[in-house]
Amino acid sequence: MIALPDARGHFGEFGGRYVPETLMAPLEEIEQAYEQARADESFQRELKALLANYAGRPTPLFYAQRLSESLGGAKIYFKREDLLHTGAHKINNCLGQALLARRMGKRRIIAETGAGQHGVATATVCALFGLECVVYMGEEDMRRQRLNVFRMRMLGARVVGVASGSRTLKDAISEAMRDWVTNVSTTYYLLGSALGAHPYPLIVRDFHRCIGEEAREQILQSEGRLPDAVYACVGGGSNAIGIFHAFIPDSGVKLVGVEAGGKGRRLGEHAARFAGGSPGVLHGAYSYLLQDEDGQVSLTHSVSAGLDYALVGPEHAWLHQQRRAEYTSATDEEALEAARTLARLEGMIPALESAHAVAEAIKRAPKAKGELFLVNLSGRGDKDIDIYRENFPELDAQGSDYAHSFAV
Amino acid sequence: MRIRSLFERKRQQGRPALIAYLTAGDPTPEHTPRLAAALERGGVDLIELGVPFSDPIADGPVIQAASERSLAAGTTLPLVLEMAEEIRKHSEIPLLLFSYLNPVLRYGSAALARDAKKSGIDGVLLTDLSVEEAGSLAPEMRRAGLDTVFLASPTSPPRRLALVAEHSSGFVYLVSRTGVTGERESLSESIHELVASLRKITTLPLAVGFGISTPEQVAKVGALADGVVVGSAFVRLVERYASSSDLEGKLETFARSLSSAMPVRAGVPK
Repeated sequence: MIALPDARGHFGEFGGRYVPETLMAPLEEIEQAYEQARADESFQRELKALLANYAGRPTPLFYAQRLSESLGGAKIYFKREDLLHTGAHKINNCLGQALLARRMGKRRIIAETGAGQHGVATATVCALFGLECVVYMGEEDMRRQRLNVFRMRMLGARVVGVASGSRTLKDAISEAMRDWVTNVSTTYYLLGSALGAHPYPLIVRDFHRCIGEEAREQILQSEGRLPDAVYACVGGGSNAIGIFHAFIPDSGVKLVGVEAGGKGRRLGEHAARFAGGSPGVLHGAYSYLLQDEDGQVSLTHSVSAGLDYALVGPEHAWLHQQRRAEYTSATDEEALEAARTLARLEGMIPALESAHAVAEAIKRAPKAKGELFLVNLSGRGDKDIDIYRENFPELDAQGSDYAHSFAV
Repeated sequence: MRIRSLFERKRQQGRPALIAYLTAGDPTPEHTPRLAAALERGGVDLIELGVPFSDPIADGPVIQAASERSLAAGTTLPLVLEMAEEIRKHSEIPLLLFSYLNPVLRYGSAALARDAKKSGIDGVLLTDLSVEEAGSLAPEMRRAGLDTVFLASPTSPPRRLALVAEHSSGFVYLVSRTGVTGERESLSESIHELVASLRKITTLPLAVGFGISTPEQVAKVGALADGVVVGSAFVRLVERYASSSDLEGKLETFARSLSSAMPVRAGVPK
């Protein structure tokens, strides 16, 4: 396979740079700055040190023995991105882009956030580097991810609520783009997923590639062979492209992206772009998009704010078209159930986003005896406790539990 | 051809063109042809018919709200073409279809080129279509007889301005300042520089828009450009008087205040 994207940011027909003219030159500047940084050893050294000493890389690879045995099939390994500083993989990209922004002399950072994980990671690196930070977040997401709103503010960021459209990630990105187009000379837009106009899908992927590179080495070490399948949830698709990328040349390794199946199959009830969408342009990139017959972007639904977005990152559209990766979806209910299972059997409460990948692995493991599964546990569930509480009211009862379980 | 002859006529008169933006279908699809007629009576020379989009990233709050009203009223791209056809029954005013790319992709760019031309549309401006991505789309539009207008911005370096001019026909739309659409109290200074840079590389008429809303601003920008675009100020009137029986009168009066502020000057050099 040739190296993608091409010089103009295309993954086959997908990707590209579909933005108003005002943003074209600034995107070219970021592209040039990134190309220089990528080749600059001191930049890479500084990033590597921060990833190790600040974020906590490399993250462990963990064999989930009780889960695997209970399913009676595949051996399931988890890549523990949930153990990183700030609680998810997002910090990898934020450290890289903040270094890039600093190199470009930009002191004001803006970002969008859905679940709040990217917002928290951005606020964190801005605090670390002493940069001004503004995070756009849909009002609906502010409501369902209150804890992260507080964390961002405690880290010194301003969180600006977005009341337009569905009040979720899509609208937060639109508003961040409007801020950027207005303040472009002073401001760096720190985009949080493998989305948007070139060079963002490339930059975000590159900063998350370490996930797959580490995992590949780790599983070779512990099992002496490559996994049969790699699972990751796909919203914009940054954690997925991060873990997939190192395995793309390994044709024997199945790559499985799990989108949000939401609460139904009708348009508006899910965020499964490959199942329910068609190619279109949103926020600068051409990719699979949930849209109506007039080309208006559809509303989406997912219990997990981080997967609740109408467009999938363009490199995933390419991998889908090339049949190199397979895309499926898990419903709200399946993700919630998988989270509970993982908590009970392995002592890990996953982020709701990551729980979608766990759900798919759980679904397939029983029929995969002898196989090795690698699942990207992209984030931990602290931020989702309120949603878990709503969905598991029986665990949230007032009063004391019994100290012993009684045999009936 | 209507766009080219308009600017030719205006050049001979030594008066810049007044260009008005309306979100098509705001407040309802039935309104648009009547509102267009009112603008023409008020001295507007060219109308940009905005196709409403769910995610208008280049627009400020006024046009965002108009898009929402229009979509809620059931506006679709085919309906916008019908509105154009209706306007064309009674008027020869040049019409520029102003849209985000996705509705056009969904319609099919070849089909749109054909149908837009048939409906009396004269040109197309796609806000989020960069010249780099215009690939087959722009030539397709031009083959169908439509002008393709691209945006030039204060952030565009000379190399990009040359690309924009090369891909544009009819006129070039200069964004007066970085930012989204919407009224501003003061005009950006960067516009002088941008006009001067483009004059060096193209003979196409230059229209300036974004942030222009008063007769004074029209007079100032009209002194250096071949066309002046007013958008959000008209859209705000539509919002404010949507249910008034005098909406058309308000638009006409405001348009007249702008068109009469347009300076007369020596013919624009060819």
